[in-house]
Amino acid sequence: MNAVLIALLLLPLLGAAATLVPFGPDPAADGRRALRFGVGVTGAVLALTVALAAGFDHDRPARMQAVTDTDWIPAIGVRFHLGVDGISLPLIVLTALLTLLCAVYSTKRLPSGDGIPGARAFTGLLLLLETGMLATFAVLDLVLFFLAFEIVLIPMYFLIARWGSGRKVPSANRFILYTLLGSAVMLLGFLLIGVNAGTFDMTRLADAHGSGLTHTTQVIAALAILLGLAVKAPAWPLHSWLPDAHTAAPTVGSVLLAGVLLKMGTYGLVRILLPIVPQGTATFAPYLGAFAAVGIVYGSLACLALARPGAKGDLKRLIAYSSVGHMGFVLLGIASLTQSGVNGALFANIGHGLITGLLFFLVGAVKDRYGTADLDTLSGATGAALYGRAPRIGALLAFAAVASLGLPGLAGFWGELLAMYGAFDPAAGLSRPAFLTYMVLAGLGTLLTAGYLLVVVKRVCMGDPKQPAPVTELPDLKSYEAVSWTPLAALTLVAGLWPALLLSLSDPAVKHLLGGG
Amino acid sequence: MLSHPTGTHLLGQTAMSTLAVTDPGSLIQSVDWVAIAPPLVAALGGLAVLLADLLLPARSRKALGRIAVGALVLALAALLPLTRGAARTTFCLPGGGGCSYVADHFALAFQLLALGGALLAALLSLHTVDEEKLPGGEYWFLLLSSASGAALLPAARDLATLVIALEVASLPAFALVGLRRDGRGAESALKFFLSSVTATAVMLLGIGFVYAATGSVHLTAVADGLAHAPGQLRPLAEAGAVLTLVGFAFKVAAVPFHFWVPDTYTGAPLPVAGYLSVVGKASGLSGLALVATLGFRPYGHTWGLALAVLAALTMTVGNVGALRQRFDTGHSAVRLLAWSSVGQAGYLLVPVAAAGYAGTGDPLGATVAYALIYGLVNLGAFGVVAVVQRSGGTRVDDHRGLFARHRWSALALAFFLLCLAGLPPGVIGLFGKVVVFRAAVDAGLGWLAVVMAANVAVALYYYLLWTARLFAPAEGAAEARRVPAPLAATLGLTAAGAAVLSVAPQLVLQVVSGSLF
Repeated sequence: MNAVLIALLLLPLLGAAATLVPFGPDPAADGRRALRFGVGVTGAVLALTVALAAGFDHDRPARMQAVTDTDWIPAIGVRFHLGVDGISLPLIVLTALLTLLCAVYSTKRLPSGDGIPGARAFTGLLLLLETGMLATFAVLDLVLFFLAFEIVLIPMYFLIARWGSGRKVPSANRFILYTLLGSAVMLLGFLLIGVNAGTFDMTRLADAHGSGLTHTTQVIAALAILLGLAVKAPAWPLHSWLPDAHTAAPTVGSVLLAGVLLKMGTYGLVRILLPIVPQGTATFAPYLGAFAAVGIVYGSLACLALARPGAKGDLKRLIAYSSVGHMGFVLLGIASLTQSGVNGALFANIGHGLITGLLFFLVGAVKDRYGTADLDTLSGATGAALYGRAPRIGALLAFAAVASLGLPGLAGFWGELLAMYGAFDPAAGLSRPAFLTYMVLAGLGTLLTAGYLLVVVKRVCMGDPKQPAPVTELPDLKSYEAVSWTPLAALTLVAGLWPALLLSLSDPAVKHLLGGG
Repeated sequence: MLSHPTGTHLLGQTAMSTLAVTDPGSLIQSVDWVAIAPPLVAALGGLAVLLADLLLPARSRKALGRIAVGALVLALAALLPLTRGAARTTFCLPGGGGCSYVADHFALAFQLLALGGALLAALLSLHTVDEEKLPGGEYWFLLLSSASGAALLPAARDLATLVIALEVASLPAFALVGLRRDGRGAESALKFFLSSVTATAVMLLGIGFVYAATGSVHLTAVADGLAHAPGQLRPLAEAGAVLTLVGFAFKVAAVPFHFWVPDTYTGAPLPVAGYLSVVGKASGLSGLALVATLGFRPYGHTWGLALAVLAALTMTVGNVGALRQRFDTGHSAVRLLAWSSVGQAGYLLVPVAAAGYAGTGDPLGATVAYALIYGLVNLGAFGVVAVVQRSGGTRVDDHRGLFARHRWSALALAFFLLCLAGLPPGVIGLFGKVVVFRAAVDAGLGWLAVVMAANVAVALYYYLLWTARLFAPAEGAAEARRVPAPLAATLGLTAAGAAVLSVAPQLVLQVVSGSLF
């Protein structure tokens, strides 16, 4: 039993339960207190994750630490098994950080109005969401993983459907139906493994490395799990729920969706698919790589099309499509089945979480100020001229954009480089020419990514400050915005300049998962 | 005859000698009163209510409901001594020819469901009987009689007792449906009665055939007889088996015998609809499982496939029907629950089909577990629908804004619906589906598992739309009437039960691991 990890899951869960009871007599006080309560709980959670990271034995990141392992449902062999290693620790810290930043941001900037529920409900859902996200990265039992994977759906559904804008209810429905269909198929894969191997324990299954499962079982299970996780990641062509969900979601919803929820899919691929059904994974790796490469090019082309003048492109939609491209790199790294590729994928996971989280915060702020995220309306004839009108926001946006396009020295660079390096020299048994083609496509994707991000920077940040703008008053960076965005910008820089910080954690663990030690 | 006088004489002598046994006392079956206590207490309770109705003065008729509830509690308590030790048997043929009544784990679990479901339905009825001016004596007598039949059925181990128990369970149910003296009630009762009686006739014909082919009505003897049936009797035996199963399929409301469900549920008093959806379904299901797995085991692969197809069709038709159900028409809440119960019946049939493939009764544990979970949350949902109906709304749209009026009822209904959908926070519903999936995967019914996965995802849509209605802003200010105490008790019991099971699923899922028979 390890108290820290259990407390990490219980704290937000109890917090969510506490929001069922009103905090104050009148709605205004109730909402204010609820939001502060949310900041307090998520802050405590972040403190716990920092304690967890401090107590983590950095010399042996491949070993599961802070382990709790007790019977939960002996009837079907489900154990309450928790633990962290070098792969899950950074994701847990990222989740806690992003949730806290979202809670802080929401204290000042929560959509409200007619038909939108109060802040107490928002806090409850945010905390429930955090429980599910943290649990996904902390559990070591397949059924528990599935449970955690599903916990996030209901809160995210309501965040989009109630606090969103535009076509929010259809988008939310689409989000939940896609994910649920995928995860139901994924569950079948888990059960196939559990029934044949006689255990749902992820560490035991990973140590067995596929022995005890026939080739056919592995192939079928890998296909089912891959389908479920590919919807979540999302891999082209199963991505079509993502742009709608992002466009409709409120800012914090988008930040958590891109920053954490997508990572649950790729984390599952690394944690479950690679070590538990290695033969099945090897069968599908070339296809996954192909879909990833197509996704990279497709995402960038969609963004280019949205960024064109006169295309009526929505900025949030554009960043959503850019996520499809970036997650393509992650999937490509995983598909290469090499140590460098998977390390790159995990690094890109964190990098994308930081950068896209920041981008969605910034775009949300622009949307709040202008009342629209439509690129044509924003930029007018020459450009929105944020450099001139709101220089700090403009600078941050440009910073996030160049980080996103993979400028060396920032967090976006290392992951994509390593993923492409993995594709350059894929694992034995995979077709080298095919992966070289994917790598070339991915390289083309980086060029296209640079292209559309620079167009966006040009149209949003540059321009003539004197031209008539949709809004006359354009406040620059506010203090709550600075508080919630600075950590992301700083970490983007740190991860870019000191990649060993993350790679030293993930590398031994990846080697272990790939069966090399 | 004349040419063989000695032969006739000899035959007559043998007949005489078998009749004139040395110890006539051995033919009298001993009765284990403790084993048969659960159905017996319910039946005696029914008689007591009938007598009390005659003897009590009109103003103390309210006591009848309390007598009924007390009888059901006593019947449930009578289950307790049976849980310890080996399975008790009674009404056994001398010489090991099989027993007619066996209180094994299967029987106890379904008796718990039947009596517990009846108890919850009775609690729901306490205020309905008063408010709708239903004849109290008849109502409680019929409810208890039906519950007694439903409790007898899962313990019955010969075809004759099974049919009698099934009729004892359903005949009072027709009258219960028709108790509301309006056109709708009479029409529903007639529809229910005619289709049910047809099914019974078909089933009796089938049982006749089976008896003719095997020479026994005891399920174990039937299984032996079918395995060793001479060639010319095979078609008769097979036709008999099919016809018998058809009769039970009707009671489960499997496709194509499902069409009576929505009309009957809407015409019946609401607690009766809840009772039918849980106890009525459970009695049919337990009979089907018994006859199929114990009696017709030699034909396992044949009826296994037939039931698998039936399960797939039933869940699909039920869910499509629910999807097509409009939310703004009268009685749409009950109609939606009716269609959903058809879909759920499909899930319940999956492990029975798997038992056919497995050749043992082991997969049935999943049906038992799922039926218990379904019964609890479905009656809870009916309870909240009853709360809403009291403030004048029978449409799903009348649930709009329920959270603002009845906070706890709305939360309870959301919880029940998510349990039915199998999505966290309704954890127990999720695990119910997990064990059903596991049974299908374990038996090699991969295609059925995939069909079910698609159905679970589709079904989520209407459960979620309903859940979202609860938290939507209210249209008009409907006044919040106080919830009567028995109704509140039902909601509290079911919600607390589902919540406890969500934390400790082992409590109900333990039936999956042990042997049932």
